[in-house]
Amino acid sequence: MTTPRIEIDNLTKYYGETLVLDGVSLNVGLHEVVCLIGASGSGKSTLLRCINRLVDFDHGAIRLDGVSIEDESFGATGLQKRVGIVFQSYNLFPHMTVLDNVTLAPRKVHRLPRAETEARARELLAMFGMGDHALSYPEQLSGGQQQRVAIVRSLATNPDVLLLDEITAALDPELIGEILRIIRRLKDDGMTMVIVTHEMGFARDVADTVCFLEGGRILERGDPKAMFKTPQNERTAQFLQRIIEAGRL
Amino acid sequence: MTDMPSAAPGGVPPDGAAVRTPAPPRRRNEWRAAVLPTAISIASVVIVFGLLGWWITSAPQWPRVQLQFFNLDAMIAAFPRVLSGFWISLRIWLTALFCMAIWALVLAVLRSLRAPLFTPFRLLVTIYIDIFRGIPALLLVLLFGFGIPALNLPGLPNSGLFWGTVAMILSYSAYVAEIYRSGIEAVHEGQWAAAKSLGLSEWQTMIYAILPQALRNVLPALMNIVVALQKDVALLSVIGVRDAVREAQIYTAQTFNYSSLVVAAALFMLATIPMARLADYVTRKDRERRLQRAG
Ligand SMILES: Nc1ncnc2c1ncn2[C@@H]1O[C@H](COP(=O)(O)OP(=O)(O)O)[C@@H](O)[C@H]1O
Ligand SMILES: [Mg+2]
Repeated sequence: MTTPRIEIDNLTKYYGETLVLDGVSLNVGLHEVVCLIGASGSGKSTLLRCINRLVDFDHGAIRLDGVSIEDESFGATGLQKRVGIVFQSYNLFPHMTVLDNVTLAPRKVHRLPRAETEARARELLAMFGMGDHALSYPEQLSGGQQQRVAIVRSLATNPDVLLLDEITAALDPELIGEILRIIRRLKDDGMTMVIVTHEMGFARDVADTVCFLEGGRILERGDPKAMFKTPQNERTAQFLQRIIEAGRL
Repeated sequence: MTDMPSAAPGGVPPDGAAVRTPAPPRRRNEWRAAVLPTAISIASVVIVFGLLGWWITSAPQWPRVQLQFFNLDAMIAAFPRVLSGFWISLRIWLTALFCMAIWALVLAVLRSLRAPLFTPFRLLVTIYIDIFRGIPALLLVLLFGFGIPALNLPGLPNSGLFWGTVAMILSYSAYVAEIYRSGIEAVHEGQWAAAKSLGLSEWQTMIYAILPQALRNVLPALMNIVVALQKDVALLSVIGVRDAVREAQIYTAQTFNYSSLVVAAALFMLATIPMARLADYVTRKDRERRLQRAG
């Protein structure tokens, strides 16, 4: 038996007095894609942010390839190098060109020479159809293009895991497809991913496992096709019913 | 006539009219449109200012006012000294501006860093700002400019010019630090998250991600401070620094004529008006940039 890439063990997290994650346990295998679904406020983003230590948790453990992410061997930046995250609102640095956005971390955090990081960045940008925009500024790009740059930026350090937090939620409908195709390709290339999404059709298509969260707990998990067809938990059924009524499945 | 005309796709509109073509732009009389408003502006300016001028100069007290304040001979006589004083004012302004801008930036950054390690610095900066914003600049100038040289501290400069400038820097940096800080806080939280998730330390995040955006945010406000400081350096005249105001006062004391002060006022205006226009320009550009981003 191989160790899972990510092991989340009884994770508990409070914001002040509010319990946001209530004993979440989840394993993500090598090359596995896990989709987190659930209503707004159920703790999906917080769970993602715990995995790369954007926020600290109170109890439980998270391990990457069997090593606790709080282990000193990660140093100050080792975890961030191996776990990338992409946000709903892109969060590109508006005062930097696309190229500088992508090379910032390799240059300043990982101390690689500029020429090397730029060559790699241009390669990645070209792979994601952004080769002509290396010297553009984010505000000159469409939402879909900005999100592609954000994905490239998170890939610039060759991470082993990618966390995606509703990365199509801010996009116009006609731009969503192109981003979803990119994620599909990342999966085919073997990237391990944890994806928060409201695109149920996409989740069904790309996820190996779907987890339904409510009130900071995983109420149901399983194969997406089976779960969407015959949800076992009543709350899951209600949530999926609302999604269907909104025309998103 | 209750039916709204609606064009059927590819066919004849239901009311039987010809296929609709967009109306051409309305022709305006362009010559009149361009010249008339300008002419009206000029005419009204001439009339209003002419009336004002006539009203002031025809007042019975005007000759006395002119003699006291706008005496050409006195102005010419005082000009060289006031000008050399003004040169000192400008140098104080530039020095204070440079030191204040950097010192305030240090204060603002120290106050904005969140790591627990920086807690004592945050506290110190907060106290500093409370103190120096609470004391009138004039009082600081008096305290520093007269007080410290009187102590005769060994190894420290003894000139009022030096300590007066220090007082201005301390006073203004408290305001400017708060301006910087508001700019830092206006940067979206997502920028911190993005930088942190890329592995940047808090310090690197500040330098590479946050500060460049923050400085751009506050540039208009800073420009106005620059103008205010340009005038406020005149406060140093009270501790005997021979700046434009001081030189003008000396002349006034000798001749009992105030025209030299008017000369100093004119010099200050000459210097601040371009700065104020520049500030307006920067503010306008900034607003356009924001609108563009929002749109
Ligand atoms: N920075 C924060 N401070 C306090 N409460 C927060 C913060 N971020 C999220 N929360 C709360 O935690 C809960 C879960 O939020 P989140 O993880 O963003 O949910 P989701 O991503 O599923 O919508 C919500 O009730 C939210 O209000
Ligand atoms: Mg969320």
